[in-house]
Amino acid sequence: MTDTKLAHEFLSDMVRVRRMEEKCAELYSAAKIRGFLHLYVGEEAVAAGSLRALADDPTCRDAVVATYREHAHALLRGIPMTSIMAEMFGKQEGCSRGRGGSMHLFDASKRFYGGNAIVAGGLPLAVGIALADAMLRQKRVTACYFGDGAVAEGAFHESLNMAALWKLPVLFCCENNLYAMGTALERAQSQTDLAAKAASYRVPTLAVDGMDVEACHTAAQQGVDHVRDTGGPFFIEFRTYRFRAHSMFDPELYRDKDEVERWRERDPIRSFTERCLGDGTLTETDVSQIEDAAAAEIEAAVAFAEAGTWEDVEDLDRDVLTPEPAR
Amino acid sequence: MKTTYRTAVHDALRDALRADPRVLLMGEDVGRYGGTYAASKGLLDEFGPDRVRDTPLSELGFVGIGIGAALGGLRPIVEVMTVNFSLLALDQIVNTAAALRHMSGGQFSVPLVVRMATGAGRQLAAQHSHSLEPWYAHIPGIKVVAPATVEDAYGMLGPALADPDPVVIFEHVQLYNTSADIETLAPTDICSAAVRRGGTDVTVVTYGGSLPKALDAANELSLAGIDCEVVDLRVLRPLDDDTILESVRKTHRVVVVDEAWRTGSLAAEITARVAEAAFYDLDAPVARVCSAEVPMPYAKHLEEAALPQTAKIVAAVQGLFGDRS
Repeated sequence: MTDTKLAHEFLSDMVRVRRMEEKCAELYSAAKIRGFLHLYVGEEAVAAGSLRALADDPTCRDAVVATYREHAHALLRGIPMTSIMAEMFGKQEGCSRGRGGSMHLFDASKRFYGGNAIVAGGLPLAVGIALADAMLRQKRVTACYFGDGAVAEGAFHESLNMAALWKLPVLFCCENNLYAMGTALERAQSQTDLAAKAASYRVPTLAVDGMDVEACHTAAQQGVDHVRDTGGPFFIEFRTYRFRAHSMFDPELYRDKDEVERWRERDPIRSFTERCLGDGTLTETDVSQIEDAAAAEIEAAVAFAEAGTWEDVEDLDRDVLTPEPAR
Repeated sequence: MKTTYRTAVHDALRDALRADPRVLLMGEDVGRYGGTYAASKGLLDEFGPDRVRDTPLSELGFVGIGIGAALGGLRPIVEVMTVNFSLLALDQIVNTAAALRHMSGGQFSVPLVVRMATGAGRQLAAQHSHSLEPWYAHIPGIKVVAPATVEDAYGMLGPALADPDPVVIFEHVQLYNTSADIETLAPTDICSAAVRRGGTDVTVVTYGGSLPKALDAANELSLAGIDCEVVDLRVLRPLDDDTILESVRKTHRVVVVDEAWRTGSLAAEITARVAEAAFYDLDAPVARVCSAEVPMPYAKHLEEAALPQTAKIVAAVQGLFGDRS
């Protein structure tokens, strides 16, 4: 890799996500974070590579729809780590005011439409956002993330079909980590080539090594360009792996340790670091600076969350409906 | 001039599409077919296939797309052909449309309108005759309305579209051919119940397709010397407690008529609210007329027996007046 700045950004993105989530696991054990906590450890290259391909400036801000395993997407889309951490603590300084938690991170200003804890629930939503963009003549992309489990849901097929039928600007990002919770892909799907499923709806597709951040970025850039140029959908299968349990309650009875170890050897952070150090794109100093910066950011985020406040119980029924404007 | 409920729905859709370029109508057969109940006939010609959008048979998908489109700045009216099919879309309505504002800490409102036909009475048997309004009325985060008159068939759509939150509109299949003499159709509201017939002796609370039956029963009862007040709920969520309770406090007797199954029905909810707030105003226990707890049978005589009917409402009211009937 020759682009030092980009290499720095990729590594920084992945490290920030990894270290933040490791901290989250620790805080979960300490009962600071509760509910469900789904970690992305092992899959960082996908979010780090792909999100960077989206436009994110005032003239053109692409939309992101994510799943319940969305800490990385929220953070890398620009939601401050402080407000993500406060959200996980359940504090009102959180990005969803403590009403959402780990699975429901939102930020309207970033066009980050959440955090959806119903598998495949975000796909129709993304197609709808894209429909609005198309009808309002906005040349924007909606990136929709979902796992291999979502492919078994009707919502996946209905959404792919309508996005293709109506030619809507959605980038479908399938994070195939080989397990729908504990059910292996081949135990759930008659056709395990997920890109082939999308192709059957006449959506152009790519399948890419989801452990390689550069490959993820290149694929996403190709997908984003296609969507923006044609106005129609594109599908990318990111082949990746979740190193940790599905959630904090998962004893991992469904896969053997050797398999996890084999994938860990392909750790996207380690392999990218080694590659960049090997070809001189980054130095040891760069790497330690990235680690130090992440550590400082996490420390500040945890302090912010700790210092956060609990919403008044009097406000319990707030935000169920939109308040009527003052007359 | 006589205007039908069907025409009122049609004109409301047409006027909404004319008034705001962000409005689109989408659903199964809303375009070329003209709507299963002919409520959108001709709209495709006037507004084109983008704004009067035929969808594949993908209720979950196109309701979710409606939610996304609403988030994206449009004002979609999603027609789900019937409440029966809406079960396929329930996930998107409950888990996304109703919850999004709350779980985003107030950042995203969903200005979506979902319309669907509801109710029985046409011998369509167990899968095409539901009244599941109470299920929807159970859910915080959405508003639920049931236009029972021609005025409301027209008048509720405008305020529903203007509302920043999801509104579900139930149109009873038996009402489409009803008609009324109306000079001009105009917006009504989606926040209050209405007294459709003033009376002093007993309050009959109902909604949707049961309103004409309740009014017929009231006319019949007036011949027997019982003066019924008929309250049309109009809005099933949030319920207009004040109008209901004000009437009950005046008449001291109440019969609730609800085409849904009795268990867990809106009739059950209203009974509970009356018991909580007006117990000492009652001169008789609350009575209910609901559907029999069977999947709807096909045979005409059995379907009629399963549904609330005028005669049953009359009998229920008379049952509250042992000395006079």
